[in-house]
Formats: sequence, structure tokens, C-alpha cells
Amino acid sequence: MTAIIFILFAVIAVFCGINLVVQTHPIASALSLIGVMGSLAVLYLQLGGEFIAAAQVIVYAGAIMVLFIFVIMLLNAGAEPASFQISRFVKYFGVLLLAAFLGLISFIIQALLPKTEGVLFGTFQGTTLDVGRKLFTSYLLPFEVTSVLILIALVGAIVLARKEI
Amino acid sequence: MAFVLLTTLAYLQWIERKVIAHVQLRVGPYRVGPHGLMQPLADVIKLITKEGLIPSHVNKLFYLMAPFVAVALALTSISVIPFGPEIKIGPVDTWMQLTDLRIGVLFVLAVSSIGVYGVALGGWASNNKYSLLGGLRSSAQMISYELPLALAVAAPLLLANTLSFREMVNYQSGYWLGFIPRWNLFPEILGFIVFLIASFAETNRVPFDLPEAENELVAGFHTEYSSMNFAAFFMAEYANMVTVTAVATLLFLGGWQPPFPEPYSDFVPILLFAVSGLIALYHGLNPARRMDKFTLPATALLFLGIAAIFGLSLFVPLAKPILMALFWFCGKILVLLFIFIWVRATLPRFRYDQLMRFAWTGLFPLSMFNLLATSLIVALTTK
Repeated sequence: MTAIIFILFAVIAVFCGINLVVQTHPIASALSLIGVMGSLAVLYLQLGGEFIAAAQVIVYAGAIMVLFIFVIMLLNAGAEPASFQISRFVKYFGVLLLAAFLGLISFIIQALLPKTEGVLFGTFQGTTLDVGRKLFTSYLLPFEVTSVLILIALVGAIVLARKEI
Repeated sequence: MAFVLLTTLAYLQWIERKVIAHVQLRVGPYRVGPHGLMQPLADVIKLITKEGLIPSHVNKLFYLMAPFVAVALALTSISVIPFGPEIKIGPVDTWMQLTDLRIGVLFVLAVSSIGVYGVALGGWASNNKYSLLGGLRSSAQMISYELPLALAVAAPLLLANTLSFREMVNYQSGYWLGFIPRWNLFPEILGFIVFLIASFAETNRVPFDLPEAENELVAGFHTEYSSMNFAAFFMAEYANMVTVTAVATLLFLGGWQPPFPEPYSDFVPILLFAVSGLIALYHGLNPARRMDKFTLPATALLFLGIAAIFGLSLFVPLAKPILMALFWFCGKILVLLFIFIWVRATLPRFRYDQLMRFAWTGLFPLSMFNLLATSLIVALTTK
């Protein structure tokens, strides 16, 4: 059952990721990105990281992507025309060559990497309590530094967007 | 369950029209059935049999997807709402809830934060400037008001130290000094007010219904929609209202816990229904209008019957917890829904800049202060 759900949502994530690049319309691309984030949230949930999954949906799919779509709608960006010609060779053999290339790469990676245990679903402790404890004890410094970084970015954005006085 | 919910949504519309009508000294729907009680059915039949028109200039995929997204997400979050305590039916112990998540509160927040896509997409895909403006306003407004909403929710979570609705309600059981219920409402009155105001904005209700401001934007984001697609947006709005009020009830008003200690609280529903039945009977015997001779005694009979059911349930061990929990939970939700409708009938609409300024300079600092004060108290009192 877990394997089925994993494969289902992994396929959806990869499909949405490809769709994101292939689509010419910005809104369709943004929606595909939401699909990627949603299926990633499901994968987190399957690993036991329930808080991470909820935060993924609330922050990425709910807040950041809404801002993306907001900006796209505000600029009223239309579909981009295809800016390059696809040669006949690429059209017929591209997919096959790509599949062969990816298969080769994955084979090499699998051969080179040391054998480790597979990830077991549900053994990972990722409850809200664990995440909070880790965040405020062992990872306090990176957490605070990241928040300062975001604050700097925020101030920078405001300075750039401010009207001249 | 879904059927009950959808029927409730249809009748919520009827209640809203009736309440607003009476606030404005009208009678509201009156023709279909006694006191317009069949009006929701008539509306639904009309909407289903209408032709679903798809304008030629829309982006068809997103245009058809938007109402579906809106209504599906609005109905999803009800699945984690508990309606009552643990009950025994024969050998089985079960909860009056579909499922209990350890992150129930976050789940509702997540689903509601995605719910904005229905409105935003609908507005954009319609390819109409009024719809686009409505969708833009809606997404900006929902992002802005989600912050105070989430911060207001965080404070009771700190107090109860849980994210599950079930444990949240259990935390609020019992009484201070024997008669004041231990609801989060009293320590978190500020948070409750912020939550309520922000939830008006989250559900696009008056005074924050800028996305569908009739006098500026025709009908806002659903201008181009007809038939059931149009109805889907309305269903989503009412389902969101029910969800928001249910969450408010669970987080701040003690869920299904009665406001009075145990033996007294059992008599409240009986008294309430019996007294309203008697009042209806009295007016039925002295009819002001011709119809009242039949309708009021029938209503009285209904109310007295409900009172009798509640009275009998005191002696049936199985029925009592179910009925009492449902009564208090639905009662609190109805009171909050009445406040929603009341506000709609009395307040004018905000201007757009006022709406934004109110969120960022009013509600946001207030909810931040509330959260900080709560966390300070929690940190000082817990060891």
C-alpha cells in the first residue's frame, strides 16, 4: 500500500515537474508547481513528517504560490511563443535518447554509491514536538541565521520598491 | 454525512435570507412552502436544470476547474472536525468524528490556504476585467488575513499544547470555581475577536466582500459563471463559513462541552424547546393572521416533540451523550453563523485600502501581542 502511494505521488510529482517546464503559459506552469509541492507534501507525510507536510502545503502551496499567481495575474502575462525550432532528429529520437541517457546515469549512480538501508515508511520521528525541539536546541543557530537572512531580503525588497522621497 | 452537510448548506442560505429580511423589516422568501421552507429546494432545482453556459473567450480548463477546486477543498476540511465525545454503540467505542489527525488544526489551515485558488483561478480564467479584479482582490485579501488568523489560532494551541481538535476540546472541559467553563474564550478573548474578524475576510463575507462587490465589480470573480458552476462557488462560501465557525467553536468555545455544569446543562435543551413550543402554541391560539392557526400549532408540536426527545434521552444511557454533544456543538455553530449573518445585514463594505490597512496595522500587531503575551504566561506557569 505504501509503495503504491509512493509510486503514485512520485509519478505525479515528476509529471508536474516536466509539465512545469513544457507549458508555455505562466499560470499553467505555476499550477504544475503547486502539483509538485502537493505531491511532495504527501511523500513527507508518508515518511512520518506530518508537520513538515502541513508546513509545505501552508507555506509553499498556500502562501508563496498564491503570490506567484497574484503577480502573474497582475502582469497579465500571456502564453510565450516557442522561441526555437525543433529539428526533425530531436523530434523522433529525443525521447529515446533522453531515456537511455537517464537510465545510464541512474545505473552508474546505483553502482557507485555505497549500499545503504532503504528508507522505511513510518519509522522516522517527525512529529511537531520533535521538529520544534530540534529547531530550538540543536539547530538554533542555523534557524536564527536563516531568519535574519530572510529579514535582510525583506528590507532589501522594501528599499528597492520604495518610492523616492 | 455529506448529504446532511449539503442540505445544511442549502438551508443556511434560507436562514441567511430570512434573517437579513427580518433585520430589514421584510419577510424574505415566503411563497414556496410554509415560510419559504421549500425555497432552497426550488433554488437547487432551478440551478441544476439551467443551461451551463461556457463563454467563448474563457480558458476552458481553468474555467471549469475553478468551481470544482473551490467546493472540493471547502468540503474537505470538515473531515477532521469532531462533533462529539467518544461514544459506545454496542461493543464498539467510536468518536463522533470522521478522522482525528495529530495535526488537525494545521490540516484545516492548509486546506483553507489552498482554497483561495478556486477564487483566483475562476477570476483569471473568466478573461473579464471584473472577474480578474475580484480574483486579485480575493487572493491579496486572503493572504493578508491569513496571518492574523493563524497567529490567533496559535495562542490557544500554546495553552492546550496540542494540534489535535479532540485533545483541544478535552483540554477545555471542566469549570473554574465550579461554574465558569474552562473555555479558551476567557483567557483568549482578544485572540477570539481577531479570529472572528479575520475569518470574515477569509470567507469573503461582508464587511470584507470586496472580491464580489456588486456596485463595483458586477459580481466579482463569478461574473461569468452560470448554473451549477455558479452554485458551486456559493456552496464553497457557505461550507467555508461552517468550517470556520466549527473551528472557532472547537478552539475557543469548548467544542461540545456544555457551558453549565453537568446536571443543569441537560435541562437547557428541554427547557429551550419546550418554552419556544409553548410560545408558538400561545400565538397559535391567538392568531394574528389566518395562516397562523395551522402553522404555529404545528411548529409548537415539532418543538415540544424535540423537547420530549431530549427529555427521554436523559433516561437512555446511549442517546444522551450523542444528543447533548450535538445540541451544544450545533448550537454554538449556529450562534456564530447568526453573528456572520447579522454582521452582513448591518455593516457596510470596507474600502480596499481600509481593508489592507486594517489587516496590517490593526489585526496583525494585535494578534502578535496576544500570541507573545500568551507564550509569556505559558512559559512562566509551566515547569
